[in-house]
Amino acid sequence: MLDLAWLIPALPLAGFLLILLFGRRMGEPGAGVLATFMTAAAFVVTAGTYFDLLSRTAEERHHTVTLFSWIPVGGLQVDLAFLVDPLSVTMALFVTGIGSLIHLYAIGYMHGDPKFPKFFLYLNLFVFSMLMLVLGENLLVTFLGWEGVGACSYFLISFWHDRDSAATAGKKAFVTNRVGDWGMMVAMFMAFAAVGTLSYEGINHAAHSGEIAQVTATGIALMLFVGACGKSAQLPLYIWLPDAMEGPTPVSALIHAATMVTSGVFLMTRMAPVLAETYSWAPDVIATVGALTALFAATIAVAQTDIKKVLAYSTVSQLGFMFLAVGSGAYVAAIFHMVTHAFFKALLFLGSGSVIHGMHHEQDMRRMGALRKVMPITGFTFIIGWLAIAGVPPFAGFWSKDEILLYAFANNRALYLVGVVTALLTAYYMTRQVIMVFFGEARWHDHAEEHGAHGDSHAPHESPWTMTLPLVVLAGLSVVGGAIQLPFTKGTHFLEHWLGPVVHEAEADIHKTWAYENKWLLLGLAVIIAATGIGASVAVYAKGKARPVEPRILADGWRYDAAIAGLVGGPGRAAFQGIADIDARIVDGAVNGVGTEVRSVSGLLRRAQNGFIRSYAAIISIGVVVMLAWFVLRGVL
Amino acid sequence: MLVSAAEAGLHSASFPVLTALIVVPVIGSLLVALLSDRRPEWVKLTAVVMSVVTAGMSIWLLSAFSAHEGGFQFVSRHDWIGAWGISWHLGVDGISLFLVVLTGILFPLVILGVDPHHDEKRYLAWLLLLEAGVMGSFLSLDLFLFFIFFEIVLVPMYFLIGGWGYDKRVYAATKFFLYTMFGSAFMLVGIIATAALARRDIGYLTFDLVTIAERSSFAASTGRWLFLSFAIAFAVKVPLFPLHTWLPDAHTQAPTGGSVILAGVLLKLGTYGFLRFGLYLFPEAAVWAKPLFLTLATIGVIWGAIAATMQTDLKRLVAYSSVAHLGFIVLGTFAITSQSLTGSVMQMVNHGVSTGALFLMVGMIYERRHTREIAELRGIQKVAPIFAAAFMVVMLSSIGVPGLNGFVGEFLVLIGSFETARWWTVVAATGVILAALYLLWAYQRVFHGEPDEANSAFPEITLREGALVLCFIGLIGFTGIYPKPMLERIEPSVDRLIEHVEKHSDHRAPEHASDHGKEGE
Repeated sequence: MLDLAWLIPALPLAGFLLILLFGRRMGEPGAGVLATFMTAAAFVVTAGTYFDLLSRTAEERHHTVTLFSWIPVGGLQVDLAFLVDPLSVTMALFVTGIGSLIHLYAIGYMHGDPKFPKFFLYLNLFVFSMLMLVLGENLLVTFLGWEGVGACSYFLISFWHDRDSAATAGKKAFVTNRVGDWGMMVAMFMAFAAVGTLSYEGINHAAHSGEIAQVTATGIALMLFVGACGKSAQLPLYIWLPDAMEGPTPVSALIHAATMVTSGVFLMTRMAPVLAETYSWAPDVIATVGALTALFAATIAVAQTDIKKVLAYSTVSQLGFMFLAVGSGAYVAAIFHMVTHAFFKALLFLGSGSVIHGMHHEQDMRRMGALRKVMPITGFTFIIGWLAIAGVPPFAGFWSKDEILLYAFANNRALYLVGVVTALLTAYYMTRQVIMVFFGEARWHDHAEEHGAHGDSHAPHESPWTMTLPLVVLAGLSVVGGAIQLPFTKGTHFLEHWLGPVVHEAEADIHKTWAYENKWLLLGLAVIIAATGIGASVAVYAKGKARPVEPRILADGWRYDAAIAGLVGGPGRAAFQGIADIDARIVDGAVNGVGTEVRSVSGLLRRAQNGFIRSYAAIISIGVVVMLAWFVLRGVL
Repeated sequence: MLVSAAEAGLHSASFPVLTALIVVPVIGSLLVALLSDRRPEWVKLTAVVMSVVTAGMSIWLLSAFSAHEGGFQFVSRHDWIGAWGISWHLGVDGISLFLVVLTGILFPLVILGVDPHHDEKRYLAWLLLLEAGVMGSFLSLDLFLFFIFFEIVLVPMYFLIGGWGYDKRVYAATKFFLYTMFGSAFMLVGIIATAALARRDIGYLTFDLVTIAERSSFAASTGRWLFLSFAIAFAVKVPLFPLHTWLPDAHTQAPTGGSVILAGVLLKLGTYGFLRFGLYLFPEAAVWAKPLFLTLATIGVIWGAIAATMQTDLKRLVAYSSVAHLGFIVLGTFAITSQSLTGSVMQMVNHGVSTGALFLMVGMIYERRHTREIAELRGIQKVAPIFAAAFMVVMLSSIGVPGLNGFVGEFLVLIGSFETARWWTVVAATGVILAALYLLWAYQRVFHGEPDEANSAFPEITLREGALVLCFIGLIGFTGIYPKPMLERIEPSVDRLIEHVEKHSDHRAPEHASDHGKEGE
């Protein structure tokens, strides 16, 4: 079964090619059905691989499938190969699993769009790229997927490219990601210069056996982190993700919440042995950036009014949690939170998509309210997603977030505090969103009446089954997802046992710390934090006991994005223009100046410049022909 | 005559295929020139047949070329001007092989796919003469012979730009001609001096590249002066910053076919020259000049990309992107490692394909809209989605997205250069960010948005254009996914060159990397 791992990315690739060739003929819903089928088939193969791995002993749970030699030059031998191990299979499982659900959802969501087949074309290409990313045996195959998902993200954000805002958002995402890609490339150069290979096994083995100098390991880790900051939307490169909401909502759920944006966390986990060899301040940098991003994005989410923007900033914030985990040496917790986050954030995004669909493309939460009555399934499942992200036990998010906080406490209490404040804010702004959308008064009545003349079809309505079924499945997973890693006894640390062979060398050992011995206390505190956040939000938004605090500066995201845009559009652009002008006036001007000078000195040239060259050229060509003729005649041929 | 092609072809072919690669286009050119104007279809047919025959021979050469062998193959050598030691010495190795094949393929595609609009007979005659010149430059192993072909190339290109170009064509053609002539003048002096000085070591006068490179040793100061005289000619041709300003003018004003050839193969005469006549002939001097050229190359990568970003003319933008791309090639050339040099050679071909295709498609836009101004184009993806998709693939290849050809060369250049030119590489690698910036921004302005009135009737790609672009996309995809056949033909020659450089200079390529790789095998 493990040898068939190549099928996992091959199936969505086949889907892509089929839709590329026959997409127009398949039309709607044919293309969508095919794409969904291919992704689901990939899920089935992944599940088979998973069970095969499971049947082996922990030491034997890794297998390399080599397709062919991709870039072999001298010491650089890069194969197009896949690494099947617990980490890659975990990633592949949720990429294909959630991917299939979102494909199915998109059949409903994209109904009636004239570019329906093209949407699924990109979607399958994305799933293919994402699987290359997680299954790659070496950094370069991962990079192939890494850039592939970036390109697909670009296509899909600017899917409705006749809208200028969508086109700009797509470009911004690609270019910002490229800044990160530069970091990842430099990391690869360093790794190759130090170890002479790009394969994960080679690099991690060298790191583990101390062959990589500490300074080199630090360099590699930090440059990889630059790459991760781009892809996983961390400070200072997060700016593209909120704008990425211009894409169709299934894209936001799949790419910008569940899968692609987590690839930075995946990469750091994959290279955990190298991180373990760095100077001790390097992981602190990662943890600090993660914690600060988490807090920063959470404060912004508090004041957003666009239903998707809240979720976008929330995603940035949750990704920050994952990097806090990585920097604290809690790789299992990072992957754990990645999985549960994929469940509940995909659920929330799809739920918001269902709302937007039902509200006829209304995204402003100020024009919503009381929607649980007209959209019962969407409302019910969204509430489950909310409980999961807010950290209410026993929903999935509670367990994973708590695990991260536990490690953070053991590692650095200041960062733990930042994490706790973020958790409080998360509970607060998510409750605010649920109240604004699903409870309270219906603020969309006016809106509906405006269109009253056209009949009742403009009233909000529940979405079709293709959309609600994925919601229900994801809601189920958001309830029970925490079960893969429960803190009760060693025996319930399922994910830790499973991922152990991949990360155990780098995983921080906190068993002797105060935090671990008092973990129930921390757990209790987490419940109180969540309850406080929810309670405060209910008091403000449901009961009206206090005025909402939504300062302009938070709504504007601390004006960070605007500042960057100003910098790029102002001085940045001026500098670029300056260089272009220097090129035209000085570099080229000097050349033309010399030309003019020469011309004025020699009157000959001035008189017949073109004639001169023409005759010169003619002489050359005649000369050549004569020479060749002579050559031919001498019979040497 | 072609008894067991591969065997016979190994070192000296019974059929002088390399000579034929030069002579067939010349004959084609003469035939086209001599045919009557009144039979245009015969003119075109002759040109097509001759260029297709040349292409066929170049592909045969590719299949008969023996991989894993670093030396020159299909060598053909005859005395020409015996008294001066000048010989008709041709040969092909892994460094020139794919440039020859690219030349062979590109010309028929241009002849079949791009119409000159007027005076087709003269246009085709010049084009075929140009092909002969380019082939000759890539195949010559004699300094004098190389110089002749290097100069011949100027003439048809001058007439092609001046005769079939756009409004400022005469200015651009003149600038192109004078600028390159200026560089060549230095090279001519260098060539004569090299042969004269090498005579002392060798014992007789010869212009033979291999003899001089293997048997003579110049004093450091002499070698450096000689190297610089060659380097100026090549730096202009590449073009290397700050000698690049003829390029945007020449590219923008040249007819589409001319631009494709110019970007596709002509610029490679410079980068190829650095390898063949710089590193090979003057290894000590090349290593000495390394910091200078690495710096100019890195500046070129960034400068070209920044200048490209601010262009308002789509064709000029692509021209400046060439300055950036060729900077990568020069960077890899002077970093002198197995990966960087292999990457450079590969990138020469890749750039020819990608940028050639970009110029082709910009030409198609001009045919439809009669403008190249980015500001006047808008929303084309909505009215011509297939055209836009093809442009997108070509663009992503130029940006260097993995899975497409551009990435392989660029990545090899960078990862190889990092070992011997660390900081230059780290800076040059930021060029990948800028490449995304200028191309995506241009794409957004041209293809995205709601098409205005002038662009709403933009015709979709035609069958002929589609077939033409598909050829390029096929090359882009194949080379990106399976570059191995190329790499294993390029690398042995590159390694041989590095060995030569190491033997004659202080340069040492990093060894640990290859050790690890061999262990892993």
